[in-house]
Order: sequence, then C-alpha cells, then structure tokens
Amino acid sequence: MSWLLVVTGAMIGAPLRYLADRAVQARHTSGFPWGTFTVNVAGSLVLGLLTGAVIAGAAGSRLALLLGTGLCGALTTYSTFSWETLRLIETGARGRAAANVAGSVLAGLGAACAGLALARGIWP
Amino acid sequence: MTLPKTRARPTRTAGFLQGRVVAAVALGGGAGAAARHAAAVHWPTPAHGFPWTTLVVNVAGCALIGLLTVLLTEARRTPHPLLRPFLATGVLGGFTTFSTYTTDIAGLLAEGHARTALACLVVTPLAALTAVWLAARATRGLLRGRA
Repeated sequence: MSWLLVVTGAMIGAPLRYLADRAVQARHTSGFPWGTFTVNVAGSLVLGLLTGAVIAGAAGSRLALLLGTGLCGALTTYSTFSWETLRLIETGARGRAAANVAGSVLAGLGAACAGLALARGIWP
Repeated sequence: MTLPKTRARPTRTAGFLQGRVVAAVALGGGAGAAARHAAAVHWPTPAHGFPWTTLVVNVAGCALIGLLTVLLTEARRTPHPLLRPFLATGVLGGFTTFSTYTTDIAGLLAEGHARTALACLVVTPLAALTAVWLAARATRGLLRGRA
C-alpha cells in the first residue's frame, strides 16, 4: 500500500515539476533556472507544513507517503538543480551559479521552516 | 483554403509529443520515487541523526544526471526524444529530492541539533555539485576517447 501511495504522489509531482518549470521558464529569459528554484522552494514549504501536521497528529502516515514522499519528493529535485548549476559554471556565469546554490538552499530552508512554523500555528 | 489544414498539423503533432513527454515524466517520476522510498525503508535515518540516506540518494542522482545528460546531448547518435524526459526529468527527478533535504534540516534546527543541521546544509550541495561535475567530466572523457 505504501508503494502505491508513493508512486501515485510522484506521478503527479514529477509532471507538475515539468509543467511548472516550462511555465516559469517561458516568462524568464534571464538564464537563471527560476523554474527549478520555484518548485524546490514551493515543495519545501508544503513538505514543512505536512511534516508539522504529522508531528501534531493532524495528518497520518498515508498522507505523508502520498503528499510527502511521493508528491513533494518528486516535485522537487536535486539532480536538475545540480545540473543547471554546473551548466551555469561551464558557460561562465559563476555569479549566477553561486546565487542559484545559495538562493535555493536558503530560500528552500526558509520555506521548510515557515511550513513547520505555520503547522504549529494551525495545530498547536 | 488549405492553409488551416497545413497549420493545424504541426500543432497537433507538437501537442501529441507534449502529451507523451508528460506521460514519460510521470512514469519515470513514479519509478524514481519508488527507488528513493526503497532506500529510505532499507536505511532509515535515526531520530536526530544525520540524514545519510537522503544525502546518498541525492549525490548518486546528481552523478547519474551528469553521466546521462552528457551521453544524451553530446554523443554522436541522436537519442529518442522521450529518453531524456523519462530518465532525467522523470526517474532522476523523482529519485532525488530537495524538499526532504530542506525539511530534514528544518526539523534538526527545530529540535536544537544545529551542528548536524549545518553539516547537512553545507555538505549536500558540495557533494552534489562535485558528483555532477566529476560524472560529466568522466563521461566527456570517455566519449572523446571513443571518437
């Protein structure tokens, strides 16, 4: 059962990442990977909120597998983040590469912390 | 009067390919996430411990995307158009995760394990970038050697 939940969530999360990335990149011509940045930060916020809900007892393990391990896990990506950073370095955009790493890590962590804090506010 | 017909055809083909790409990404994403879940089940992270499993999964996925993308974009043979969406965007995108990385660190911080949180925060991107760089370099070397 847990496998089915993870795979179902991921089969929604992965194409959502692909479509969101295309939609975001279509609006930006800066060469900065805003699409991956956006899904990684958004996914961190949702997973932080969900983890807080699980800690508070408001969400069960099934929802955690479906939305956390499956959907958020597949919506966000480390491999594309690394590849896009490498491409920025290789094309001489070292400043943008550094900004992508620092920005993604800090904004992602901030979003996850905000999600946890939000859950504590909703389910005290 | 033939103009609408000839204009409609490429749009429909593009839409058809787009639909197949989304399906390939979904299937690959499901497989990648199942593999990540298997790793988490076999090597569970102890409470308040360093999240090694997520680190290893992410670093392995980064090495694989370096190898794969160089093979698919820089080799002489043109790959099938669905191969990169399925394997890179789908399987490796579903296998690796950014949200578990950030949420694990947020959890460690909230529980007062700042040193473990900071170590994970810094080590993961350094190891991931080293892995993708080394894998891309090694694959390019192999491709040049065969050319």
